[in-house]
Amino acid sequence: MNTTDNLRKTIKTLISEKKVDLFLGWEKGSLPLSATPLFVTTGEQAERAIFDVTCGNNLSIYFTKDKKQYANKKVGIAVKGCDARSVVLNILEKQIKREDVVIVGVPCNGVLDKKKVLAATEGREVLELVDNGDTVTVKGKGFELSLNRQEILSSSCLACIYPDAQEYDFFMGEARGEVPNEERVKEIIDFQNLPDSDRWEQTRAEYQKCIRCYACRNVCPSCYCNVCFVDQNDPKWIGSTCEYTDSVIFHVIRNLHVAGRCVECGACERACPMDINLLMMNRKVAMEVKDRFGDVAGLDINGKPAMSDFKEDEKQKFIMG
Amino acid sequence: MNKEFTPRITSFLCKWCSYTGADLAGTSRLQYSTSIIPLQVMCSSRVDPVFLLKAYLSGSDGVLMGGCHPGDCHYETGNYHTRRRFALVKEVFDSLGLESARLKLSWISASEGPKFARVANEYTEEIRKLGENPTRKSIFL
Repeated sequence: MNTTDNLRKTIKTLISEKKVDLFLGWEKGSLPLSATPLFVTTGEQAERAIFDVTCGNNLSIYFTKDKKQYANKKVGIAVKGCDARSVVLNILEKQIKREDVVIVGVPCNGVLDKKKVLAATEGREVLELVDNGDTVTVKGKGFELSLNRQEILSSSCLACIYPDAQEYDFFMGEARGEVPNEERVKEIIDFQNLPDSDRWEQTRAEYQKCIRCYACRNVCPSCYCNVCFVDQNDPKWIGSTCEYTDSVIFHVIRNLHVAGRCVECGACERACPMDINLLMMNRKVAMEVKDRFGDVAGLDINGKPAMSDFKEDEKQKFIMG
Repeated sequence: MNKEFTPRITSFLCKWCSYTGADLAGTSRLQYSTSIIPLQVMCSSRVDPVFLLKAYLSGSDGVLMGGCHPGDCHYETGNYHTRRRFALVKEVFDSLGLESARLKLSWISASEGPKFARVANEYTEEIRKLGENPTRKSIFL
């Protein structure tokens, strides 16, 4: 039985046994390259649920961004590895209760990045997409392309080390644990080996592309402050221009605000209309958090998020006096 | 004109220890660097990374943070959180190619007036050696 059938069956059972009031999953989108979030409340709706390479949405954002909707409700949620970490993080940060959520893990082999597909078809509109495992076939008006899966995967997936949920109630198949991945650090090490001034130039050039649409913030499962620092008027921390000074502050501070909380789901990068490399710095900070504090965001449901925890005898060489 | 460079050092001092320490330095008539611009915060953990970056990119030559000694925090654990956060801010500054030497954290208790004066002077001297904040020329906010 494949994942989609398995998922549908599980959702139906959960709904009919009244274990959940609502189930969050994916359904086929009106556009072939992206799945749409699906809200299941009846058994029939469960038939629409799917899981394939287009299911990029991190559904856990509904818990934090639409809080009232989900208060005092039993909610089931279909999760990939990264989404599961988001859910765990939401539990740790007391946004939802563990007993109110039923986590259904799906085996993930990566999700696609629309921009990469469109680059491969040279901008021609894709009308149909078929996932054949190692390759993905895209069809459009007057063309049919067979693309290597690795070429169109989101960059977060290429660097993924936890493809499957680590915390779940049901799993559709067999959960793999940590999968080693060399890709993860390569880009960062290359970048860190550059001289200071080059790094700053590169950062500046990258963030200069930003048009400040805040799509990355809005789609981020870890970004849920009631008032974001960029929206504050009094005091106004940063200007709202697209000048790189403002953009650099926005990105660097967002990066630090999600430090130890970023689950590297890559939603920000997939949402970015300007194709900014947002994940590299996030990964760099995540590596630093792991090295220094030994914590990986959203893995340990009994732990504490790195930045709200401390040890008394941490190294403090940088302190003066 | 050969004017000596006077740095501007934005200092976030915690109300219970460092700011009181600075007060003590003043009332004990200790001479310390006039480059220090003290700003009182209720706890060093109140200092969000955006404060540091904003101060830096707005042209401060240095940013100094003062908090209570570990274990002495008025709110019990605030400064431990500061320490973690500060370590990451420094790391991010480094990896982006900004000068992390312009950020400093120091533990100064309320009774350490002389220490405050010493840290202020030493840090000013350090910044004087580094020279003017380069972003002051290139970044406008």
